[in-house]
Amino acid sequence: MSRISMEQVKHVAHLARLGITEQEAEKMQKELDLMISFAELLNELDTEEVKPTFHVLDMKNVMREDIPQKGLPIEEVLRNAPDSKDGHIRVPSIMEK
Amino acid sequence: MSLFEHKVSDLHERLHKKELTVTDLVNESYERIGQVESQVKAFLTLDEERARVKAKELDERLARGEQSGMLFGLPIGVKDNIVTKNLRTTCASKILENFDPIYDATVAQKLNQAETITIGKLNMDEFAMGSSNENSAYQATRNPWNTDYVPGGSSGGSAASVAAGEVLFSLGSDTGGSIRQPAAYCGVVGLKPTYGRVSRYGLVAFASSLDQIGPITRTVEDNAYLLEAISGVDPMDSTSANVQVPSFVNALTGDVKGLKIAVPKEYLGEGVSEAARNSVLAALKVLEGLGAVWEEVSLPHSKYALAAYYLLSSSEASANLQRFDGVRYGHRADNAENLIEMYKQTRAEGFGDEVKRRIMLGTFSLSSGYYDAYYKKAQKVRTLIKQDFENVFAKYDVIIGPTTPTPAFKIGENTADPLTMYANDILTIPVNLAGVPGISIPCGFSNGLPLGLQIIGKHFDESTIYRTAHAFEQATEFHKQFPKL
Repeated sequence: MSRISMEQVKHVAHLARLGITEQEAEKMQKELDLMISFAELLNELDTEEVKPTFHVLDMKNVMREDIPQKGLPIEEVLRNAPDSKDGHIRVPSIMEK
Repeated sequence: MSLFEHKVSDLHERLHKKELTVTDLVNESYERIGQVESQVKAFLTLDEERARVKAKELDERLARGEQSGMLFGLPIGVKDNIVTKNLRTTCASKILENFDPIYDATVAQKLNQAETITIGKLNMDEFAMGSSNENSAYQATRNPWNTDYVPGGSSGGSAASVAAGEVLFSLGSDTGGSIRQPAAYCGVVGLKPTYGRVSRYGLVAFASSLDQIGPITRTVEDNAYLLEAISGVDPMDSTSANVQVPSFVNALTGDVKGLKIAVPKEYLGEGVSEAARNSVLAALKVLEGLGAVWEEVSLPHSKYALAAYYLLSSSEASANLQRFDGVRYGHRADNAENLIEMYKQTRAEGFGDEVKRRIMLGTFSLSSGYYDAYYKKAQKVRTLIKQDFENVFAKYDVIIGPTTPTPAFKIGENTADPLTMYANDILTIPVNLAGVPGISIPCGFSNGLPLGLQIIGKHFDESTIYRTAHAFEQATEFHKQFPKL
């Protein structure tokens, strides 16, 4: 019995904006189950009193002077865009028809 | 004899004595690539035309008697996840097949300032996810010592190109061992700097709290020169550290008398091959002979590092790779009916299996209801692993062990089971989790394949790592052997 249902796999794929076929979903269910059961090794450790490490160095709130700087030229920025028009990036329709 | 069997400092001197030109060096690189690249397959993109123009320009400046820095005119290869202005950067992914960067990574700017010559961009596992280069969407790089074997990964192209003599040196990146493991497999020197030592600006992010760019070279001395050139705080990377960059080469005194070495029993235990264990014990004897002392210690949480690493790195990757959505750059799926479908199809078409696997694991462990049990738990275990290192470094100068449990494996041997593949990195991953620096240097051979010695140091103490590595290198002959291609 997998720890993760097919619905969960499809939900996670949707959250990740990753299109998957039924066949791929089945394969991912198995792989995710394997990796999550492996990760559960960590439950051997009592970490109730341990603080999480988000940054290995003792640095926080790195600030700089708020001085405006010139950005990149628009034609450069759009050079790699798959579709653009009039200085804007163009995408397929956002609203449902 | 290849020109690239000389050290940086020798080539520098010969350029200034006019015994050699930059054009000779660039010729050497492209001639060697012409001879061996069909076997090694290290490069994704070559930049030959610009490299030759630049070589000519530098030669004219040398002819005018201009003084230059140590790396002036030397041919380098750059891993393909480091963005280079107007030079295609793919991360070995289909999703960035035609990506033409509009700016230079900070390290690329620093190379330009040092006036190295970029020969081309080097193959890797897609988005640096892998240990063999078999996850490249374009080609599987081969190990120059035996082309049936993998070069390691993810910086496999970076290590193989140096070992094969296609470039003098290269840059790689290391998230869980991706510089040190291929350096070990290919018999070269690879260093992962302290987290924050080198700017990550322009390194396409895999796991931002673990990634570091570092040098791959033939010798320890060359490595020290290249690290010095790319290090330093950068206003474009708020995680780069404002600490002084010393002259790493000055640390290469050859003196390790009284050096205190810790050898974790977990690094010589279960799962570590006899060949790897014996080569490390022999290396410790060499260092002992030079006056260093070693003792066995414990890093008790080592066995949890792999699981914590896969949760954390995949979680960070799932967030970092959101930017590949077909909007601003890279591949976009045709004929999608709406924006959400466009995202999904683009990503389904553009990413390979391993990248998808990690995006799924990462998204799952960050998702509502699972965050505390997986992601946050792993961050807490990370604290325990970091404390293991702090405890040892309170009493010792460096930690030594093998870089990998075994020498390189055969192409195709580990592709069926992701967890077996991941096990290659059990000795390198804890170093990234703790943020400390680590190097791999050649320390032996097993059936004609190189073995690597890993030397780990304190935060920002690359100097002691280099001093130890250099003393060992000078007392041994491993770095003087070259693969026959």
